[in-house]
Amino acid sequence: MSGTDPTRAQPVLRVRRVSMYYGGLRALHEVDLEARAGEVLGLVGDNGAGKSTLLKIIAGVQRPTSGEIVLDGVPRRFEKPMDAVQAGISTVYQDLALAMQRTVVANFFLGRERCVDGWLGRRLGWLDHRSMTETTKRELARLHTRIPNVHAICKELSGGQRQALAIARAAAWCRRVLLLDEPTSALGVEQQAEVLELIARIRDQGVAVVLVSHQMPDVMKVCDRVTVLRLGEVVTTLERDELTAENLVGHITGAQLAREER
Amino acid sequence: MSTPRLRAPVPSIDASEDRARRAPAQSAFAWVREHWIFGVLVVIVLAFSIDSSHFLSQANWLNTSSAATEVMLLAVGQTFVIVSGGIDLSVGASLGLSGMCGAWVMEHFFSHAGVPTGAPVAVTAIGFAVTLLVGAAVGLVNGVLIAQYDIPPFVVTLGTLGICTGLADLISNGQEITVLPLAIGNLGNDNLGGWVPVIVIATALITVAAGLVLARTRFGALTYTIGDNREAAVRAGVADRRHLRRIYVLSGALAGVAAMTVMARLAAASPTSGSDDELNAIAAVVIGGASLFGGRGTIAGAVIGTLIISVLLTGLIIINVPSFWQLVAVGAVLIAAVYVDQLGTGRRLAVRRGS
Repeated sequence: MSGTDPTRAQPVLRVRRVSMYYGGLRALHEVDLEARAGEVLGLVGDNGAGKSTLLKIIAGVQRPTSGEIVLDGVPRRFEKPMDAVQAGISTVYQDLALAMQRTVVANFFLGRERCVDGWLGRRLGWLDHRSMTETTKRELARLHTRIPNVHAICKELSGGQRQALAIARAAAWCRRVLLLDEPTSALGVEQQAEVLELIARIRDQGVAVVLVSHQMPDVMKVCDRVTVLRLGEVVTTLERDELTAENLVGHITGAQLAREER
Repeated sequence: MSTPRLRAPVPSIDASEDRARRAPAQSAFAWVREHWIFGVLVVIVLAFSIDSSHFLSQANWLNTSSAATEVMLLAVGQTFVIVSGGIDLSVGASLGLSGMCGAWVMEHFFSHAGVPTGAPVAVTAIGFAVTLLVGAAVGLVNGVLIAQYDIPPFVVTLGTLGICTGLADLISNGQEITVLPLAIGNLGNDNLGGWVPVIVIATALITVAAGLVLARTRFGALTYTIGDNREAAVRAGVADRRHLRRIYVLSGALAGVAAMTVMARLAAASPTSGSDDELNAIAAVVIGGASLFGGRGTIAGAVIGTLIISVLLTGLIIINVPSFWQLVAVGAVLIAAVYVDQLGTGRRLAVRRGS
């Protein structure tokens, strides 16, 4: 199993003693976690547990009150989301950030349009449609996504296809860490399965995937380890063989803790 | 690379089969929906041609095509603005103001006792440069207020519409300026081979260039992306504010160019030039299939929209219908165009559902 394979288990991303306070409100308190290459780390917790805040801090959207984000052993300070992207951390938010009236290719290269070589490309920004189309086809095929036509308008895609496009795009540009916020919550059963397969494939390419999710069955299917947050603190990190629904729910709600104390 | 652990037993949908299943009927319908407005233009032209032999005459062609340059140039700039999700109501007033500024410079510095002085070409070049710069400056004001200060485009450009209209009147107390080098009037009424006015050629070149920029370059791609989903553009690291500013500068500069064609056509500058043009330009862009919600629209569509508006104007006059009916006709075409565009796109239902 990838989670116990020592060659793949280097922590790419380390969150060290991260706290976040909004005035007197404590959103996160001394949170530690590790995401390793070739592994899916689940991040679960009840509403208000601090999952989204933590995700935003890793993605560079918010700056923590204290603590640090360490990427490949180097502490990083992200002033804005692009800093995190450039450091190799890509994020897929729930809203997917797709341009619905544009094609699959245009969305795949959104904000990173490729221009032709030479004067025309440098001076006029002449787009290299052929090259972008080929790259998009290749990347989507590599991840076995079921998007039949890369020239289709995004609006015409199904919810699962849109999710797959957003994830495949993030995966194509991310070098180290892929953050996914509730990628399966708005999907039907079949589409959920497809997205989970996609996540597994990206994991197998050596990316550290961090999956924020409410869907316990999904978490159990795809995660190699799961860190549980409750009221802004890390309750526990469960290894693959400890992942049972009872265990997860127990830790999320705090019932497990009470049981152990007894 | 190891195989994924997950292998859900879901039958794969074959890509080509999926496309083939829904393609023929849908794509034919989509094609008609995309191009029907061109058919409307053809029908209008044919109807006028059958009704009056004057319609397809050389004189009418020269007249119609020259007059159309004004709205065409404004519609080109407006296309960029509307595709980016904005609106520029100031273009007509900006045309009036920039023309008056250019003409004022030419009259003030290069005339004596009501007669133009100096080398005509040089004076014209200076006057036109001023015209272009004033138009671009109005666009820059719009762009800065919209992009940097986040004031809604409708409000900003409604404000500059008023400001420019007032300033244009202030320059010469609401009077026209007619003391211009003769070269300007000659330029506006010159043509190639008796059929193609010089200003039409200039407008066509600019329009084609703008069409290529919008459809084929990074600048165009960013314009669509910002209009479609600005948040997504920002997250992808797009300098959205700088891009929006450039778009409004472009729109203003094109209003300046439009002011040149008007000045050349009439051999004069009037503070009322361009009034109501913004509405025609917006109508042209929307008739051509652009969405006021942003993210959709083409220069080709704006060309067809402009031609429909221009042809309706001159055609109605030629068949002796009072030109007031032009406003009615354009308004009706505008509403019909948007309605037909919504058919089958799901927009209608989406709007009704409030999503």
